[in-house]
Amino acid sequence: MAARDIHGPKPPWGEHFQVIGKGHRKVDGLAKATGDAIYADDIVLPGMLHAKTLRSPHAHAKIKAIRTDKALALEGVHAVITGSDLPECYGVIPWTPDENALAVDKVRFIGDEVAAVAAVDEDTANRALELIEVDYEPLHAFLDPNEALGRGDPQIHEGRKDGNVSKHVKLDFGDVDGGFEEAEVVVEGDYSFHGTTHGAIEPHCAVAQFGADGNLTLWSSTQITHYVQREISKVLDIEPQHVRVIQPCLGGAFGGKSDPFSLEFCVSKLAMITGRPVKMLWTREEVFYAHRGRHPAQMHYRTGATRDGRLTAVDAKILLDGGAYSSFGLVTTYYSGQLLTGPYHFPAYRFDSTRVFTNTPPCGPKRGHGSVQPRFAFEIQLDELAEKLELDPIELRRRNFQGDSTETINGQRITSNGFLECLDKVETASDWKERRGKLPFGRGLGVAGSMYITGTNYPIYPNDMPQAGIQLKVDRSGLVTVFTGGNDIGQGSNSVAAYLVAEELGVEVSDVRVVAADTDLCPVDLGAYSSRVTFMVGNAVIDACRKLRAQIVDTLAATWECDKKRVRLMRGMALDLEDSERAIPMREAFQLTEAACDTLGATGSYNTPKLGGDYRGGAIGASPAYSFTAHVVEVDVDCETGFIGVKKVWCAHDCGRALNPRLVAGQIEGSVYMGIAEALLEDHKVNRFGLHDGPSLLDYPMPTTLDTPEIEALIVESVDPEGPYGAKEAGEGPLHSSIPALANAVYDAVGLRLTDLPFTPAKVLRALREMKSAAGA
Amino acid sequence: MRTLHLLVNGDRLAVAAPDHWTLIEVLRYRLGLTGTKQGCDKGDCGACTVLLNGKPTLSCILPASRAEGHELTTIEGLRPAHCAAGGEGTDPVQDAFDRCDALQCGFCQPGMMLSARALLNENAQPDRKTIQEALSGNLCRCTGYTQIIEAVELVVADAAGVDPVLPAWQVDRDGEDLPLAPAVEKATTAEGDN
Repeated sequence: MAARDIHGPKPPWGEHFQVIGKGHRKVDGLAKATGDAIYADDIVLPGMLHAKTLRSPHAHAKIKAIRTDKALALEGVHAVITGSDLPECYGVIPWTPDENALAVDKVRFIGDEVAAVAAVDEDTANRALELIEVDYEPLHAFLDPNEALGRGDPQIHEGRKDGNVSKHVKLDFGDVDGGFEEAEVVVEGDYSFHGTTHGAIEPHCAVAQFGADGNLTLWSSTQITHYVQREISKVLDIEPQHVRVIQPCLGGAFGGKSDPFSLEFCVSKLAMITGRPVKMLWTREEVFYAHRGRHPAQMHYRTGATRDGRLTAVDAKILLDGGAYSSFGLVTTYYSGQLLTGPYHFPAYRFDSTRVFTNTPPCGPKRGHGSVQPRFAFEIQLDELAEKLELDPIELRRRNFQGDSTETINGQRITSNGFLECLDKVETASDWKERRGKLPFGRGLGVAGSMYITGTNYPIYPNDMPQAGIQLKVDRSGLVTVFTGGNDIGQGSNSVAAYLVAEELGVEVSDVRVVAADTDLCPVDLGAYSSRVTFMVGNAVIDACRKLRAQIVDTLAATWECDKKRVRLMRGMALDLEDSERAIPMREAFQLTEAACDTLGATGSYNTPKLGGDYRGGAIGASPAYSFTAHVVEVDVDCETGFIGVKKVWCAHDCGRALNPRLVAGQIEGSVYMGIAEALLEDHKVNRFGLHDGPSLLDYPMPTTLDTPEIEALIVESVDPEGPYGAKEAGEGPLHSSIPALANAVYDAVGLRLTDLPFTPAKVLRALREMKSAAGA
Repeated sequence: MRTLHLLVNGDRLAVAAPDHWTLIEVLRYRLGLTGTKQGCDKGDCGACTVLLNGKPTLSCILPASRAEGHELTTIEGLRPAHCAAGGEGTDPVQDAFDRCDALQCGFCQPGMMLSARALLNENAQPDRKTIQEALSGNLCRCTGYTQIIEAVELVVADAAGVDPVLPAWQVDRDGEDLPLAPAVEKATTAEGDN
């Protein structure tokens, strides 16, 4: 079998799944529940040093000189490094390597890394930081993306040809101008999305050990082990086979750990210099500087439709504030346009998206990378259209449904599509028909829909190798061990691998061990980003299992002298369907097969088919399968205080097939929580000097149990032809439409069209006042 | 440097630690009890919650000296205490969190589970609002709290011997770790597809 083989969504044995579709425990749940699970900061090595980072106090400045001698002279300090020790640039996207582990000649935001110290303990390292002297020559700081767009001097990244523009993408599909001429109704407006950050509860941490044999081992709280290995190899000039990157148990990420980070290079270098293991744990404040969160976006949208509510054209102009570095920005800029072309049929579409650099913490991929902001704008426009056309907003969305097995205007292949069922479910569950537009003033319901990728066929660095690889080891003890490069960041991908093995090979889930995210032990997987792991690793697992299964079935059929079709592996047993006397534990089946076929193992892989439009950037945003979501949000707006209370959120998400519905529900609920938090509470920004507005979990208000609305997760299973047993993603899609659904609910509640996030009480009050005075005038 | 006398998870210990250390530093760095997590080091997130004389306490902002002579329970103490009391497996709170997938990344959960344990020790039948209030000092970024609340309610329902209320997605599906239906009988009538 090959990586591009499709194994189909059917159960492997007979008509019914044995393991899939049920609520199993996770493979690491009890270890996490008892405190046994080891996270990066729990690793302690003999003789380990502790490292800290000196950061820039300037938003934009040249470094004239750095003097480290006093710091180095402090007792207990073992090494001090600066940019000249790690001059090689890196970046997660190979086309835009513009980061240094420590600033080489200039700093680009307050919090940029300048120097690092390794000492016997953190207190000594912190004292040493105070002894490092840096001479800066401040430069003009760009804090406003509009200014950075219009003014190219000074350049934040010198030598680029387009001032402070990080990326510009302009694409059009179909006859946009003709579409607007054909339109009988046009809505047009400006929308603004603020910055938000991931807020994973575990701060970034890395531990490095450099063996006398020249092998570097790096334990890091990363969601991209493979890319970190590549970048460490490049920056530290160690051949990649001598770099081992291990992701221990990870305390949340949401995209915030999907870049290579300064601390990974620093601890590695410091371990090489000192010959001792080195750990660096960032403080919560430092995590806010590392950021890589949602890009603030200023968006202008125009949407045309016929009188019966059919879309004729969509035109978008987007300005993204990228912060100080590129990160994933090239992809973000494409995603801001490319991922809007579903679940509705766009006859014509144009977007013009620009990402600029500013002297603020770098933005990157946060859950729903690049497509949450445009979705916010567009779904509000659909609500406005529905109002103008006097159509029910759900009906308008139904009329524009693109269907399944189709292609979008920008050349993306849509396979399964359960969006209509998503709409049906939220409509019924929220009692929409009886309540929308009929609730007392102050209360309202809003709807929105969305789609998202299940991985992408763009593997960051171009190559023809599989995106996901698996090795299986089958033991005569009855144990099956799965080796996967996939990063379990809490979403449960290791558990999903175990469920799939249990289903395929007929063993109990508890008889499967998963060894993951260790570049020495596991075949490459590209990492936990763009919602790719379940789909790609899952398919690779099935691929490997099918090879082993064939060996086992052949052996048993030969042993029992029966037709292969009579052999079944399930529930820990190997069975002959036509002879109930023949039922042996899988352990015995493994032993028979090992005796017949020698040591048992198999590899499996997955790669995407060729996808995407035939134009520059056409592969970015092309996914082997898309998930679909619909939200209904119910709000209660207090016109005295401007406070928006969210009473309940219904979220129906088409995840293809729910391999473990409990895990899917957890992803839906977590996504909704995060979306509502972005809409109402969280705001990641800097003040007028470029200083972070509040880099703490008190100042950056993440919701508690008391702030989180009731969430009803509704699972839709469209059964994708190419997903593992039909599964698609569930981790990012269900965030998208929560925010515009909330905005649309506010309109239903009080007639206020909120377009400028976040919806703080002060903003709501001001808007209500303006609305009243406009009505009175 | 001072010597602290603590009763940690049932063990009487004397630990030397610098004067300025907080309790979490003593637990993690001196005693190796790394189940207690540091999320913010400022008392904002609750990940470092331990039980001090049975009360949820933020160990990252409590000077270690304030724990002198007191009784501490960390996440590592729940299961041994449950076993010592004759129980099997883990503390019901730990088991319920696992069953409900309340543990996604798991990083906030030691603190969360200890807050839940403290609540249930005081009140074996809390209603949803009471549970939400008791856990409101523990931030979780993964779950949206839904499955956490469900887990605590599952402990409450189990203790009361009643069935827990199923969430919407779970209705019409096999529940937690039900037998792997439909078992061999159906397989024996199915068409082969090897």
